Amino acid sequence: MSTDATETRPTDASPDRPGAINAVPVRHPGRWIAIAVIVILAAMLLHLLLSNKAFDWRFVFQAMNQQPVINGFIKGTLLVTVLSMIIGVGGGVVLAVMRLSDNPILAGVSWVFTWFFRSIPRYILLFTMGTLGILFQQGIAFGVPFDWKIIDWLGLSGDWRFYTLDANQIFTGIVAGVIGLGLSEAAYMAEIARAGIMSVDPGQAEAAEALGMSSGKVMRRVVLPQAMRVIVPPTGNETIAMLKDTSLLLAVPVIGELFYQLQSIGSTYYKTFPIAVAATLYYLAATSVLMVGQYFLERHFGRGFGTKAPRAARPAGAGGA
Amino acid sequence: MALVEIKNLHKSFGSNHVLRGIDFTVEQGEVVCVIGPSGSGKSTLLRCVNLLEKPQQGQVIVRGEDITDPDCHLDAARQQIGMVFQQFNLFPHLSVLANCTVAQRTVLKRGPQDADRIARANLERVGLSDKIDAYPAQLSGGQQQRVAIARALSMDPALMLFDEPTSALDPELVGDVLTVMRKLALDGMTMLVVTHEMAFAREVADRVVFMDAGVIVEQGPPADVIGSPTEERTRTFLRRVLDPTHVEPS
Repeated sequence: MSTDATETRPTDASPDRPGAINAVPVRHPGRWIAIAVIVILAAMLLHLLLSNKAFDWRFVFQAMNQQPVINGFIKGTLLVTVLSMIIGVGGGVVLAVMRLSDNPILAGVSWVFTWFFRSIPRYILLFTMGTLGILFQQGIAFGVPFDWKIIDWLGLSGDWRFYTLDANQIFTGIVAGVIGLGLSEAAYMAEIARAGIMSVDPGQAEAAEALGMSSGKVMRRVVLPQAMRVIVPPTGNETIAMLKDTSLLLAVPVIGELFYQLQSIGSTYYKTFPIAVAATLYYLAATSVLMVGQYFLERHFGRGFGTKAPRAARPAGAGGA
Repeated sequence: MALVEIKNLHKSFGSNHVLRGIDFTVEQGEVVCVIGPSGSGKSTLLRCVNLLEKPQQGQVIVRGEDITDPDCHLDAARQQIGMVFQQFNLFPHLSVLANCTVAQRTVLKRGPQDADRIARANLERVGLSDKIDAYPAQLSGGQQQRVAIARALSMDPALMLFDEPTSALDPELVGDVLTVMRKLALDGMTMLVVTHEMAFAREVADRVVFMDAGVIVEQGPPADVIGSPTEERTRTFLRRVLDPTHVEPS
């Protein structure tokens, strides 16, 4: 190889060799046509955006700037996304570990949970969450289960309840929304986390067990950090989907939600289209921020993988020193 | 008292009866090499010593404690038994140093400075002080296997298990790993080694165990078992291993 390289160097060219090649770059007429078409379409789009009165940009930005709309974005969209995803990811990982457990009861519970919450459309689930208060009209109490029966049998009086929550405060508004979206998300995340855990070489868990790690430590220190490499990309997708699904909070109902607030402004001023534009801009901005976050997460959990040499490969010249 | 005592060990995978009644012991400071054809159950035997495989019958007694007893604190027993795998099984998401400290920190509850010092000393011992911050994927197979040895040594084990430690390596990298293991044996480490490296077994082992079809066929000093085996099965195996081009007379 190296001798070839020196021979083809132009300064070494001898008279009996052919002269330098008169290279002409390959032409790509298709690309130029595509560029022309796209430039024209982009110009048309820009013209539409700027000149069409229906956009009413001034109204769009005014609507976006209203305090209830901003609150709706921060609380109804961002906060609900974060809280639901915390419940979803945490619950999903727990469900996945249960599902992969040797214990048939735990595996079965996890399967039933996933089956149930994946079966219900989110809109209907959220609507149901808003009405669940009717099941617990005396509140949700923490104490001895079936205490009234036991007390009755023993001939005593009173109750064995230590703390009672008002169900009508739980199953309403943002709390109901977060619980509903979180449980639904946990069912999807369970499958993603399960795939991630199963992607880790069983030899990893064996090596950790052989070092004396308990099964919990094996999972936390060795298996899950490696599973995250597989879990993070679809979780980013799920987070973006969740961000958009917060608009379903209307079903609970939650009125402190971005789109509801925008719509109420729209109906007051009889302007529907600019409202749709305002909502689109909010969701575009939030999704863009999430995509940047996902990039850094993927980079973090990709340590020791990817562009570097794969496991067990032997880089040239790196033979045991 | 023997460091490891194995009594009447049986292990099946489904209908495949891999270990058919193994009895043997490893004394403190002894280097035992287990040889035998593939499928003879030698790796399974090794994996039963720290219960990575659960035997169906028999006892594994490590330092007087029966680790097959369901009441035994298995994680504590495993801390005393280092293991080196054929495929290295380093943790790819952790640096070389972290590979050697993670179990010290989480299992032995050593402080960060202590764990760090012990890990560095063991990496020095396997000749990889300069690779401390590398990730496993940046190392050659031979280097990865030496890190795996340092990782196991960092737990201060009483016994080291080696499951075909050089079988996944390019031939020119085998020597480095065997050199580290030879040094370890000279330092008095108790070692149970499943290997195909007959020269290593002959030179380093105090005792060689020949297994075939789930039983121990023959054991004794390497000069006897490898040098002048008494059993026909041992002779056949050694002929094949030591002279692979030899054609059996039919």
